[in-house]
Amino acid sequence: MTEAKVKKNKSAIQRRLIPTYIFLIICSFLSVFPFYWMISAATNKSLDVARGKLALGDQAAVNLRNLLNGYDLWHDMANSFKYATTQTILAIFICSLAGFGFELYHDKLKDKVFSILLLAMMIPQVATMIPLFKMMSAMGFLNTVVGFMLPAISTPFLIMMFRQNSRSFPLDIMEAARIDGLSEWGIYWRMYMPVMKATYAAAAVITFMNAWNSYLWPKVVLNKPEAQTMPMLIANISGGYTVDYGLLMMAVLFCSVPTMVIFFVLQKQFAEGITGAVK
Amino acid sequence: MKNKTSSRGITQKQAVAGWIFLTPATILIAIMAFWPIIQALFTSFKTGSSANMTWASPLTFNYTRMFQDRRFMTSVGNTFLYLIVQVPIMLVLAILLAQLLNNKDVKFRGLFRTFIFLPCATSLVSYSLIFKSMFATQGLINTILVNLGILKENFNFLGTTWSARMVIIIALIWRWTGYNMVFYLAGLQGIEYSVYEAAKIDGANGWKTFWHITVPLLRPTIIMTFIMSINGTLQLFDESVNLTSGGPANTTITMSHYIYNNSFGQGVANFGYASAMSFFVFILVAVLAAINMKVGDTRD
Repeated sequence: MTEAKVKKNKSAIQRRLIPTYIFLIICSFLSVFPFYWMISAATNKSLDVARGKLALGDQAAVNLRNLLNGYDLWHDMANSFKYATTQTILAIFICSLAGFGFELYHDKLKDKVFSILLLAMMIPQVATMIPLFKMMSAMGFLNTVVGFMLPAISTPFLIMMFRQNSRSFPLDIMEAARIDGLSEWGIYWRMYMPVMKATYAAAAVITFMNAWNSYLWPKVVLNKPEAQTMPMLIANISGGYTVDYGLLMMAVLFCSVPTMVIFFVLQKQFAEGITGAVK
Repeated sequence: MKNKTSSRGITQKQAVAGWIFLTPATILIAIMAFWPIIQALFTSFKTGSSANMTWASPLTFNYTRMFQDRRFMTSVGNTFLYLIVQVPIMLVLAILLAQLLNNKDVKFRGLFRTFIFLPCATSLVSYSLIFKSMFATQGLINTILVNLGILKENFNFLGTTWSARMVIIIALIWRWTGYNMVFYLAGLQGIEYSVYEAAKIDGANGWKTFWHITVPLLRPTIIMTFIMSINGTLQLFDESVNLTSGGPANTTITMSHYIYNNSFGQGVANFGYASAMSFFVFILVAVLAAINMKVGDTRD
C-alpha cells in the first residue's frame, strides 16, 4: 500500500469511529461532572448552590472558615489517616504472610483450610456487626483504632490476592536460598517481600481506599464524636436540619482528596488491586 | 528421620513453617467472621434488651415477626428492585465501554478510561451526598429541567418514592460502572487482538464480534462481576442512609439500613430481631452466590 492509501484508510477508520467517540465523550462527561459540581459547590454560597449555579465562585475561603469553626475537621482527618494507615500496614503484612504460606508451602490440608476461609467472603457485614460490637465492647476496644481495624486486617480477598500472585515466585531460588542457609522467615522477609513489591503496592492501595471509605462498621464501633472518621463527619454535617451546601461540599472535598490523589498517582496499582485476586 | 520429605517435595520443617505463616490470618478470620456468624444465629433466637437476653418463646418468634414486618418486607423488595434494575444496566454498560476502549484504533483511550474509572475514587458517603445535593428540590437538576422547560416547577425527587428509588439506581450506576469495566478490560487483555482482526476480515460487524467473541470469552469474568454485584447490592447501606435517609416514609430503605436502625439506630436496640434479619441476608447472599457458581461451572 502506498502512503496516501494508508492515510486515506486511517481517516476512514476514524470516521467510522465517530459514534464511538460521541458515546465515550458523553460517558466521560457524566463520570466527571459530579466532581466538578462538588468543587464548584465548595466555592459558592449555599444559596447559589441551591439555585444550580455552575461556575466556580469566590466563597471557598468563607466555606472553609465556617467548616473549621463549626467542626473539628483536622482532628477527623487525622483520625481517618491514623485508622486507614494502621489497617493497611497490618493487613498487607498478615495477609501476605498467609498468602505466602498457603501457596509456597501448600499441601492438601492447607488447601482445604484456604477453601474454608474463602467462605467468609459470603458473610455480610451486617450479620456480624452485632456480635463484633459486643466483643469489642467487652474487650474495651470501642472508639479505638484496634476496634476499627480488627475485623478488617485479615480478609479472604487479600489472602487470595497474595496467594494467586505468589504462583510467579520462583521456587528454585527458594531452594538455593535454603542451601545458602536462609531460614524460612528469612525467605519471606528478604526475598518474598522485595520480589512481590507490585502486589504489595496494589494491596496497599485497595486496602487504604477501603479503610478510608468504610462507614457501617466505624458507625458501630466509633460512637464517640472524638473518634469519628471523615465519612462520618460529612454524613453528620448533611444530617442537620439546615444544610449549608457550600460548607458540606467543602467537607466532602476534604474527604475525597486523599483517595483522589491516590487514584491519579497510583491508578495502575488501584486497578490491579481491584482485580488482583482473579488472575 | 526428622526431615522426611513429603510427597510434594517440602520437608516437615517447611510444612510447619507454612502453618505458622498462615496462622495469624486464619485465626483472625475465625474470630472475626465465623464465630460472629454463629453467634448471630444464636442471638436470632433470643429476645430482650442487650443486657439480659432470654430465649424467645416460641424459639422462632423473631423469624415469624420478620415475615410479618411490612417495613422489613419493603426493604427486601427495595433491595431486590435495585438489584434487578441496576446490576444488568451497569454490567452491560461496563462490557460495552470495555469493548470500545479495547479497540486499538480509538484515540485517547487512556484518558477516557481514567475519566470513566474516576467515580471509584469517591467514598460511598461522599458520592451519596453529591447526588443528594444535585437532586435536591432546590438543586442543580431541578434548575436545569425547569430552565429547559421539561419541568414546570421544581420536583421533589428525593421526597417521592419512585423518583427517589430511581436516583439511588442512577447513583449506583454512576459509581460502579467504571469499577466493573476495569475487570472486563483486564479480561479482554487475555484475548488475542488477532481474534478481532480475523473477525473483521471475515466481515463481522461490531455487534457480531461483541456477541460472538467478546461476551463468550468474557463469560468467567461476567459471572464473577455478577456475583460481586449481587453481594454488594444485598448489603447496600451508605446510599440508603445518606442519599435518601431511607425515605420518604421508609419506602427506599435497604435491608442493611433497616437492620442497623433496629440495632444501633435511634430507638430501642433489638439485637435478637436484628440478628434474625441479618441471618436472613446471610442466607440470601449464600444461596445466590451458590446458584451463580453452579451456573458458572458449566462453561467448559
